Amino acid sequence: MSVKITNWPGTEVTLEQIQRGDITAIPYAPRAEYAWDTGVAIRKYLEALRDGYLLGVRCPRCDRTVIPPRAFCELCFSSAIEYVPLQDTGTVNTFSLCYVTWDVQWITEPLVPAVIEIDGASEGMGILHLLGEVDPQAVKTGLRVEAVWKTKRSRQGAITDIKYFRPVRGK
Amino acid sequence: MRDVAVIGAGMTKFVRRAQETPKELAFHAARMALDSCGLDIKDIDCVIHGTAPDAFDGMHMKGEYLLDGSGGFGKPYLRCYVGGGTGVFAPICAWYHLASGKFDTALVVCEEKMSSCQPHPQAAFISIFDHTTERPLLPNLLWIFALEQQRYMARYGLTVRDIAPVSVKNKRNALDHPCAQLGADLTVDDILASPLVAWPVHRLMVSPTSDGAAAVVMAAEPKAQRISDQPVWMQGVGWCLASSYWTNRDLYYPAYVEQAAWMAYKMAGVTEPRKQINIAEPYDPFAYKELHHLEGLQLAPKGKAPELLAQGVFNRDGDLPACPSGGLLGVGNPIAAAGMMKICELFWQMRGEAGKRQVPGTPERGVAQAWGDLMQVGTVTVMGTKKPHG
Repeated sequence: MSVKITNWPGTEVTLEQIQRGDITAIPYAPRAEYAWDTGVAIRKYLEALRDGYLLGVRCPRCDRTVIPPRAFCELCFSSAIEYVPLQDTGTVNTFSLCYVTWDVQWITEPLVPAVIEIDGASEGMGILHLLGEVDPQAVKTGLRVEAVWKTKRSRQGAITDIKYFRPVRGK
Repeated sequence: MRDVAVIGAGMTKFVRRAQETPKELAFHAARMALDSCGLDIKDIDCVIHGTAPDAFDGMHMKGEYLLDGSGGFGKPYLRCYVGGGTGVFAPICAWYHLASGKFDTALVVCEEKMSSCQPHPQAAFISIFDHTTERPLLPNLLWIFALEQQRYMARYGLTVRDIAPVSVKNKRNALDHPCAQLGADLTVDDILASPLVAWPVHRLMVSPTSDGAAAVVMAAEPKAQRISDQPVWMQGVGWCLASSYWTNRDLYYPAYVEQAAWMAYKMAGVTEPRKQINIAEPYDPFAYKELHHLEGLQLAPKGKAPELLAQGVFNRDGDLPACPSGGLLGVGNPIAAAGMMKICELFWQMRGEAGKRQVPGTPERGVAQAWGDLMQVGTVTVMGTKKPHG
């Protein structure tokens, strides 16, 4: 009976109350360590990144090429997929200019995360990455971009073997 | 299948940081829901609990931890979880417990205490991203909302100014909610003057992190009518998840919300949602999400929700009030509890008990919706004053 209730439970506390010790809290910092197996499809993806190219998978039944690779097609639920090398160029599908880091630190130069539709994959099939060497204000949907790779020696089979994507020059 | 109704509701205040533990918050909401319909815990056959990521609490088996505060001791008990969609999924779980005939009464409790995660609960969200292909890029939750809003705006040629009025409306509605964390009387210019956190998202277009709990009591026929002279019936339920390969989906439109909505509408006999739904509580963790979801819920044509918003259609006194509660943007966003707050709001609105928030006329049918996981789940309930099967 929303209208009849005058005293709603729940007690707000302020940082000052906690700092003064009026409210007690027990701190805890977890230390949890994991080792994630890359599996079958993503292992091939990471090996391709180490070798300097992007890898996708094609489902012949759905006639669809996707990235990142997966060991099965989630549409027709078949394992009959083929690994196909793709280009390291693409088109910005959407982007943000983010002024906050993952752990909520404010930054003045924005990070520019983007979903990039990769050339050679089916329409609309993108990956998450960052844009670089670009005026943040000039980024827009439809921008053509290319991967900027780390040097061969420093690549280790990770998505960060691509430093970022930058606008394709002179086009 | 038996008809199922909501017969009682309760909630705590939503606050940035609550002194109460999760168990205590859950208890207060559950106790209020029971008291509101004159039941005691011995009258409850089963308990459904909804709470979102364990990472906020730093506690594994959070459902079990919350059991006693939720009234689950010695009873069939289920903790359900579909990320942000949990608060509307919990009453759906209760619905099938009751509709099946297995139980007659259910207590449904949703709780979230985000403030335990230090220094800011935002950091807990990095673990929702793929550990190998995305997490090394150090993503945060703002990214996916910003990417989705930008895609939505680009598709329809919308501006941030078209979207900001959602924050104005919901924060203003929340001024009338006794449990609200962020009720405020602001202008569109105020929203746009707030810091840009991640283009195109300004700070006042983001719901806060909150602590709080909300609960309902549900019952199947004929017990529902015996206990309550004003049951609010669950007329339709729907839920659906899209692929977690979210960069392979076009983010401009939540097709999975549409699928869940039609599942619920079909069950409720709703064929023309815009005519047959009187009141809506779409999920609004970010300002654009309310518009996105109104479109997914078929309550606005694709790309046209901002236009209807500008015309005042979604105001509390408009043709289709949306988030008359104040929503997540105004009341607050203790994740699972925020979705359940929407169920409570429909319950109170359709019984004419919403006080200063009461929408004009007597709404006969409403829809509540929540959303979450990696932008991939839609949970929808249609509630109404009429019993579905006479």
